[in-house]
Amino acid sequence: MAEEKSVQSENGKNTVFKVKSLTKVYDMGEVKVHALRGVDLELYSGELVVLLGPSGSGKSTLLNILGGLDTATDGQVIYRGKDLTRATEQELTEYRRFHVGFVFQFYNLIPSLTARENVGVVTEIAKRPMKPEDALSIVGLGDRLDHFPAQLSGGEQQRIAIARAIAKNPEVLLCDEPTGALDSATGIVVLEALEQVNRKLGTTTVIITHNADIAGMADRVVHLSSGLISEIISNTVKKSPWELHW
Amino acid sequence: MKELDRKLFRDLWKMKGQVLAIALVIVSGVSAFVMLISTMNSLNLTRDRFYKDYRFAEVFASLKRAPENIKDRISDIPGVDQVETRVVADVKLDIEDFPEPVTARIVSVPDTGNPLLNRLYIRKGRIVDPFKDNEVVVSEGFAEAHGFSPGDTFAAVINGKWKKLTIVGIALSPEFIIQSRPGALSPDYKRYAILWMGRDALGTAYDMKGAFNDISLTISPDVNANDVLAQLDNLLERYGGLGSYTRENQISHRFLTEEFRQLQRSSEIFPAIFIAVAAFLLNVVVSRTISTQREQIAALKAFGYSNLDVGIHYIKMVIAVVLIGVAGGIALGVWLGKGLGMIYMEFYRFPYFIYELRPSVVIIVMFITIASAVAGTLYSVRKAVKLSPAEAMRPEPPALYRKMFIERTVLWRLLSHPTHIIIRNITRRPAKSFLSVTGIALACAIMLAATFSSDAVDIMVNVQFKLSQKEDMTATFVEPTSRRAANELKGIRGIEHVEGFRSVPVRLSFMNRSYRTSIDGVNPDNKLRFLLDTNLETVHLPPEGLVLTDYLGDILGIRPGDILTVEVLEGSRPVLHVPVVGLVKQYIGLSGYMDIAALNRIMREGDAISGTYFTVDSLYQTEIYRKLVDMPGVSGAIVRKDEIKNFYETQAEFFLFFTFVASILAGTIAFGVVYNTARIALAERGHELASLRVLGYTRAEISYILLGELGMLTISAIPLGFLIGRGICAYIARALGSDLFRIPVVLEPATYSLAAAVVVASACLSGLIVRHRLDRLDLVAVLKIKE
Ligand SMILES: Nc1ncnc2c1ncn2[C@@H]1O[C@H](COP(=O)(O)OP(=O)(O)O)[C@@H](O)[C@H]1O
Ligand SMILES: [Mg+2]
Repeated sequence: MAEEKSVQSENGKNTVFKVKSLTKVYDMGEVKVHALRGVDLELYSGELVVLLGPSGSGKSTLLNILGGLDTATDGQVIYRGKDLTRATEQELTEYRRFHVGFVFQFYNLIPSLTARENVGVVTEIAKRPMKPEDALSIVGLGDRLDHFPAQLSGGEQQRIAIARAIAKNPEVLLCDEPTGALDSATGIVVLEALEQVNRKLGTTTVIITHNADIAGMADRVVHLSSGLISEIISNTVKKSPWELHW
Repeated sequence: MKELDRKLFRDLWKMKGQVLAIALVIVSGVSAFVMLISTMNSLNLTRDRFYKDYRFAEVFASLKRAPENIKDRISDIPGVDQVETRVVADVKLDIEDFPEPVTARIVSVPDTGNPLLNRLYIRKGRIVDPFKDNEVVVSEGFAEAHGFSPGDTFAAVINGKWKKLTIVGIALSPEFIIQSRPGALSPDYKRYAILWMGRDALGTAYDMKGAFNDISLTISPDVNANDVLAQLDNLLERYGGLGSYTRENQISHRFLTEEFRQLQRSSEIFPAIFIAVAAFLLNVVVSRTISTQREQIAALKAFGYSNLDVGIHYIKMVIAVVLIGVAGGIALGVWLGKGLGMIYMEFYRFPYFIYELRPSVVIIVMFITIASAVAGTLYSVRKAVKLSPAEAMRPEPPALYRKMFIERTVLWRLLSHPTHIIIRNITRRPAKSFLSVTGIALACAIMLAATFSSDAVDIMVNVQFKLSQKEDMTATFVEPTSRRAANELKGIRGIEHVEGFRSVPVRLSFMNRSYRTSIDGVNPDNKLRFLLDTNLETVHLPPEGLVLTDYLGDILGIRPGDILTVEVLEGSRPVLHVPVVGLVKQYIGLSGYMDIAALNRIMREGDAISGTYFTVDSLYQTEIYRKLVDMPGVSGAIVRKDEIKNFYETQAEFFLFFTFVASILAGTIAFGVVYNTARIALAERGHELASLRVLGYTRAEISYILLGELGMLTISAIPLGFLIGRGICAYIARALGSDLFRIPVVLEPATYSLAAAVVVASACLSGLIVRHRLDRLDLVAVLKIKE
């Protein structure tokens, strides 16, 4: 995506994503599952957004479409003036390669590569990446560089996944329940890493969680239920991750 | 893409068992290809080199006797290059400690030393002294069979006189690469020899001083051989010429050409089948391996790897496996090719063997395997990347379960729950199950194709030598003789039943096609020779007219009712017109058959016979041999038992080697297929099976689920394999049929059993290996991962 206009919205903030009446229907033959029923949302440059909602409310679906991993049934997703729902396969690939960092609900590490190499898979195709070692230090795994995923706990695997996502210095960071499998102390380390990336690099960050406590660190909290946005709350005071506990 | 390459090596290393199995399949395919093609090329090269270096003649003719000065007139025929006259004679040999009848052809060498054409390659000793009538050079095959070296002696009956001969040299000639007695099916080095003797000495013995009875020549390349033949025949006619011919009809060359043609066909068919099967398997294995990596593919795509990047990654992986296989296959193929070449060298008497592996062979084999592997990869990678990453990251949707017919029967309730799982697993993925079954079936089929030739040989031998030939011995006469000569044989002690036969060398022509063969005449109600067709029905010889084998009928393009031109190639050489009254399907040979009375009648020769068939009392066998050697009218004798034994001895080694190698390769393929099927099933099911273990299923129960499926697939693959295998065999039989043999497609139960046994054994072995892995399934891992 060569053209990167910044779009000025009414409230003076820089819009990164503009989502317009987005719907997603899973056609299961006899039944149709409406995962998203017309979502309207704007995400601004540099903000940290938490997507909150019960299981099955469509959070992952929304995030996947934002990240160019899935296609919408109807509606639009505009990323910096470019309509993702009309992008070609090649444009989507480039979008994912240079602009987005993912942290998946299920770590999706490559089992045959070590921690460092798993990060390397991403850095070697990025434009201005961190060193894999640095990315791993940020998530506190600087001493587990040469371990294979199977030799690490679920939480540690997730932190590798985060290191992998931030290592390319992405413009947006999309995290699907990044702390779901972590104990509170480790979760805070992870969230701190995410917050630091967001603050220092100005990376627009979206974090899915069903843990309302985490919402405290967000600029805005978007509540999703049954495929619709029920409310959006702007935090006047942002807590830092180490102030959170659950 | 350094990290991805690392992933590639680690993945390959983790799958090393499977990689090895796939590589073995490729090794088998490639080595079969390289072995046969390189042997073929090497033999051709060796033959061409030998022909060229030792000046194999291009036109040959035999005659009764012509004065030497005719040679000049032959040289004057336009297009004739070099001419060499010779004296050639057939003799009986008398070898101490070897009582069986041995015949030989003596060929003169010019008084000036080594011949101009058909030069001798002297392996040991020296060329003969042209004026010494007790010196001979003998053919290498014969010398080896009897353990002769220069200095050894034996005796020959030369023009009726018993003569002691001393071997001075051992030689090979481009004229006798296959050293076969005229009319025999296979070379017999023990009982048939080629001897070379000085022209002066041999000429004296046969009253051919200043004369010759055999001629060979070369012609310039731009001249029509048929014109030369016609003029030569014209010239030689008054000297009793028996019809000139080109290399095409020269006995050694013709056999060699036939054998090479068969080898050529084999080298086209077998490697094609092997490579096709290997490619198919590679395809199946690669696509299923890739489908087990769909989540990793999804993740790579999510990070921004393009479809092309992912495709290249898997193609590299496949090429790595293929290259291991191809390298191993070429190495093994060269080794086997040299081995096969050496075995052919026992059969074909070349002085040397030049092994050649053409770069084109390597390139072709690499191209075929890599192309088919990459094609398979592309297909499955395309399938894998087609999904959006979000979708691919979810496990494959469970197939829709529909209740099958069997589930509504009482039988269903009698089956255990694990059995239900097996049946559903097989039926819910019919395409996958079908591919597995086809793979295993192909393995079974190629086992059949590899082993069936020995069945075919047994049948041919049984029909041709045992059912249709009941005599113990055959004696041939120096020239057609009155039937009374048979009575002389009857008088010998131990000879029981005697039947005369007539065999007339002829050139048969119809329209513009012709073929040199012989017409055999026998008494229709004789008790020793039966003309059988391939259904083992006795063919009754009609009182008039000629019966041909259907194959000869095809060659001549003739049908019953047509009139055939028969040019007799002996005696007064009449040209006759004989109606063809029937065609008969036979496995071996290309003769015409007639009632002997009818044959004698059209030849206007009274009751002449060319020889006799007879049965003997084995007690007197040796005594009978001796008597036959001493009878001047008898030019040679053949013992049927020896002929069969020799056929097996000369053919067996080749067949054994070929069948052995082919079955090992086919067995390897069978194992590779079955093992991979099992491993892929394990990769696909491991998670589900581990979950069942967590739920309290025993090792035995989950093993039963996986191995039971493998067992059911294997068992249903075997009959399909038999069917495909029979098809392949029928194709091979048709493709390899030749002037000399028609190959029957009859597969013995033992052949089927062997093929099935190899497949079942591979399945058991794979099952054991997989069972070992099942026993060590990581249950905790299951809990760590989603779902
Ligand atoms: N591939 C799919 N096929 C059918 N239904 C799906 C698929 N993915 C998600 N869904 C359904 O869509 C709805 C939203 O799912 P998801 O976005 O994963 O929810 P969340 O992440 O909020 O838990 C759920 O009802 C889920 O069952
Ligand atoms: Mg979710």
